[in-house]
Amino acid sequence: MVVTKDDTMEIRVSDHVVLVRQAVRKWSIELGFSLVDQTKMITAASELARNTLDYGKGGTVRLERVEEGMKKGLRLTFEDQGPGIPDLEKALTDGYTTGRGMGMGLSGSKRLVNEFDIATKVGEGTRVTITRWK
Amino acid sequence: MSKNGQGLLEVLKGQESDLLADWIKEQSGVAPRRGASIRESEVRDQCKEFLGLFQSAIRDGGADDIQGPRWGGVRELLSNLSRTRGLQGFSPSETASFVFSLKKPLFTRLGRAHAKDAEGLAEATWSANQLLDSLGLYTTEVHQKAREEVISRQQQEMLELSTPVVKLWEGILALPMIGTLDSARTQVVMESLLQRIVETGSNIAIIDITGVPTVDTLTAQHLLKTVTAARLMGAECIISGIRPQIAQTIVHLGVDLGDVTTKASLADAFAIALERTGRGVRKVRAGS
Ligand SMILES: Nc1ncnc2c1ncn2[C@@H]1O[C@H](COP(=O)(O)OP(=O)(O)OP(=O)(O)O)[C@@H](O)[C@H]1O
Ligand SMILES: [Mg+2]
Repeated sequence: MVVTKDDTMEIRVSDHVVLVRQAVRKWSIELGFSLVDQTKMITAASELARNTLDYGKGGTVRLERVEEGMKKGLRLTFEDQGPGIPDLEKALTDGYTTGRGMGMGLSGSKRLVNEFDIATKVGEGTRVTITRWK
Repeated sequence: MSKNGQGLLEVLKGQESDLLADWIKEQSGVAPRRGASIRESEVRDQCKEFLGLFQSAIRDGGADDIQGPRWGGVRELLSNLSRTRGLQGFSPSETASFVFSLKKPLFTRLGRAHAKDAEGLAEATWSANQLLDSLGLYTTEVHQKAREEVISRQQQEMLELSTPVVKLWEGILALPMIGTLDSARTQVVMESLLQRIVETGSNIAIIDITGVPTVDTLTAQHLLKTVTAARLMGAECIISGIRPQIAQTIVHLGVDLGDVTTKASLADAFAIALERTGRGVRKVRAGS
């Protein structure tokens, strides 16, 4: 996989979530994603950015335009140094929340993308990587 | 104080009005872009003030460190000038030309002062050149920063567009939402809807989300909360403006809007609202 463009954005306050969505929209359009694919990627980014902010106590997102063979896609990596997720299986269950959310963010965004990877360690932080191919 | 600064001071001293005239003439040669103009008297005042501050800065602080405390006055003047010119539509290079246009009149005078001393001239010119370059760059930096501030303020305003509650018909309210629904304003919007429901005694409220770019779990949660609160006030909600790509995305996300009536367009929602309140729209004439 080759990275042909990349950028990193801060996620420290809730307006940053809006800016992340705007950036993901721009990159998705540049990649020629269909309207549905754009919307799915933006929505997933919105969920993960807000988790980074609310549960991870803030962090960053890395945007990468990737190519593999003939395929082109967008990869996003959300990373925080927050408390981590003690029970990943539960967190990935529809409706599970430790906050006041719907508990659909993680499981839902997994369904919105082609690849979903999560690495987390209690006391160290969480990293979620998603990729959507054109 | 540095020797170079001394040389500069000598050519400045007693020549202010003469130098000022030449400098202003230089600047009139730099035509600003269309729409960006500035009164000559304003330029004159700025130049005059600059020359005064410039001389005392060199005298007290030397010509080497424009970030030093003695250069505070000059920096402040340049920073105000950059900001106002930025707002007036000057480009960064047009703004910086305020400083750069001083080079020619200044270097001419240095040349005269060092007519018989080539080495001294080279040295004095070099140091004056460096000084003016760093002041010019400073104006560009401030200009850039001011621009960024404007952009970020505009972004902020976009995020906070207000949403009016409009009465479509007796008993029917509409809330056209525009922008993001995850900011603090959602609460305000929801409260104003509830208040209008009470005031107007409406029993149907149409929440139109055509202008909401993203519907995620938080947005959905806000919408559902609004619907529940409206119900408690005696009004049923219809959500309209759910575009196909959003409908598809919320299904995958797994969000359930429950038993809320949803419609693709505000017009469809209005038709349903009329029907539910025992009304309808009828054509009274043939034709368009
Ligand atoms: N970056 C993170 N750091 C620590 N915990 C997290 C992180 N992301 C998610 N979690 C945990 O996983 C749970 C489930 O997350 P998910 O996004 O699915 O739901 P939610 O954020 O609680 O609600 P929703 O996203 O539906 O508004 C969260 O309640 C939280 O406990
Ligand atoms: Mg979440």
